[in-house]
Amino acid sequence: MDDVLDLSQTAFLLEQPFVQTALAAGAVLALLAGLLGPLVVGRGMAFAVHGVSELSFAGAAAALLVAGTAFVGVGALIGGVVVAVVFATMSAKRRENDTVIGVVLAFGLGLGVLFQSLYTGRTSNKFSLLVGQIVGVDSEQVAVLAIVGVVVAAALVALYRPLLFASLDPEMATARGVPTRTLAIAFALMLGTTTGLGIQIVGALLVLALLVTPAAAATAVTANPVAATVLSVVFAEVAVLGGIVLSLSPGLPISPYITTIGFVIYLVCRGVGALRLRRTGRRSLTVPA
Amino acid sequence: MTGAPTGHATAGAAPAAPAVALRGAAVERGTRRLWSDLDLDVPAGEFIAILGPNGSGKTTLLQVLLGLLPLAAGEAQVGGRRPQQGSNRVGYVPQQKALDPNVPLRGRDFVGLGLDGHRFGPVLGRRRRERRARIDDALHQVGADAWADAPVGRLSGGEQQRLRVAQALVGDPDLLLCDEPLLSLDLAHQGVVVDLLDRRRRDHGTAVLFVTHEINPVLPVVDRVLYLVDGRFRIGTPDEVMTSETLSELYQAPVDVVRVRDRILVVGHEDSVVHHTGAADDVLMPAPTHAS
Repeated sequence: MDDVLDLSQTAFLLEQPFVQTALAAGAVLALLAGLLGPLVVGRGMAFAVHGVSELSFAGAAAALLVAGTAFVGVGALIGGVVVAVVFATMSAKRRENDTVIGVVLAFGLGLGVLFQSLYTGRTSNKFSLLVGQIVGVDSEQVAVLAIVGVVVAAALVALYRPLLFASLDPEMATARGVPTRTLAIAFALMLGTTTGLGIQIVGALLVLALLVTPAAAATAVTANPVAATVLSVVFAEVAVLGGIVLSLSPGLPISPYITTIGFVIYLVCRGVGALRLRRTGRRSLTVPA
Repeated sequence: MTGAPTGHATAGAAPAAPAVALRGAAVERGTRRLWSDLDLDVPAGEFIAILGPNGSGKTTLLQVLLGLLPLAAGEAQVGGRRPQQGSNRVGYVPQQKALDPNVPLRGRDFVGLGLDGHRFGPVLGRRRRERRARIDDALHQVGADAWADAPVGRLSGGEQQRLRVAQALVGDPDLLLCDEPLLSLDLAHQGVVVDLLDRRRRDHGTAVLFVTHEINPVLPVVDRVLYLVDGRFRIGTPDEVMTSETLSELYQAPVDVVRVRDRILVVGHEDSVVHHTGAADDVLMPAPTHAS
């Protein structure tokens, strides 16, 4: 293992079309996840994202069993979108929500495992739904991903302020006439679609890492919502593209690379945030009454 | 005066229209009628305290004026027009409720949401600069310039509530609707918030409807009281409404109102639930200090 990072081999692999396709897919997915991440964190939906990705996995596994490999993507999308919308229409009490999500998540995961064990095809197809199979991505998938990326980015530009308002300050937003329920469903559609596409590429387990970790890191260093979104996208891109490139020559799965890079970024950001807080101290409270 | 181009209703087409006009108004929650036959005219610059026990329909009245709830009967107008959701002619100050410490908003973002958080689409070009100027002005009006770039989640409850007032003022409203804005604030911050509201209505003629459990913190600035109990109500100056006779009639139970210096103490007896005490004790109300 003295060639953990063999540069010449990495360079060679980078020229291969399947690697370039994987990089393109990863880049679009990281953009999507980076854009949605701060809203996921702001809405306190990390656990909901986990639930959505597990149910998306169950949908994909069901599709694989019933209709074959060609329909895995459709199954993943349906599973992700339906569950995201169901979660979005649940009551606004977050405590209660987490319980419901936990219940649904466990059931979905169980179903997924059942479908997978009933499936008699190639085992690599099964495993890839959990940990992803980014080198198996074809250019058609990248095209779909790019279209979804453009649609979600455009929707975010149009909905950004009301969505931010409804996510971070829901009571005030309601008082100001923001259609919080409609926006919750719109956000669920974006989230479900991104998750459904994401699990085919990086797997159900990594979707969480992409939708939550970069945004959590970003919001630790800035309270500016636009800056947080930009940073979240940058962190997601660094983790995904960096993870893919580093995983090439050792021939190991990309998941540990992406999660580790993301985690290191998160730790550094938390450190920077804590340092800054200590330096400025608690802002002076004295009110000139 | 803000540097913003938009004027007040008084500068607009109908200068005579009161900030709020209710005619034979009634509201229902489900099938329960909370109150009816309410007539109320609130001229520009008036400060009205709305009192009453829980469930008497105080907040519901604000919801009607915010355009969130239709009347069951009668008519409601805000500045001569029907209440409209998301109107910048109406500012809203809610109860203080701590924000998540990591909420990704700075003071100016928070105030900006009050201006156009309900609008779709991006803000571009010249509108961006105008927006910034209005936000800076609102921050300045509440003396919160220093927190413009501070993360709101890290500010104290009192500081956050001051930003709430800025959030309500940034649209340059003709009417401010306040729903228990002093709750869980310490005395010093209660005073700050009341001063800010009072100054706003004196300088800009903004009418204030102020829902509260506790009249004393606003007593020096209140023009009239709307007291709601179980569908019965009384409107008048504090001296007219806050009397043993009137409150006993409203509660249909003996209630004593005592004036001590510049404070009003309301004492309910036995089982009569007088709002001020909150708990079932029949002692008295004031002690407006709530730990934040």
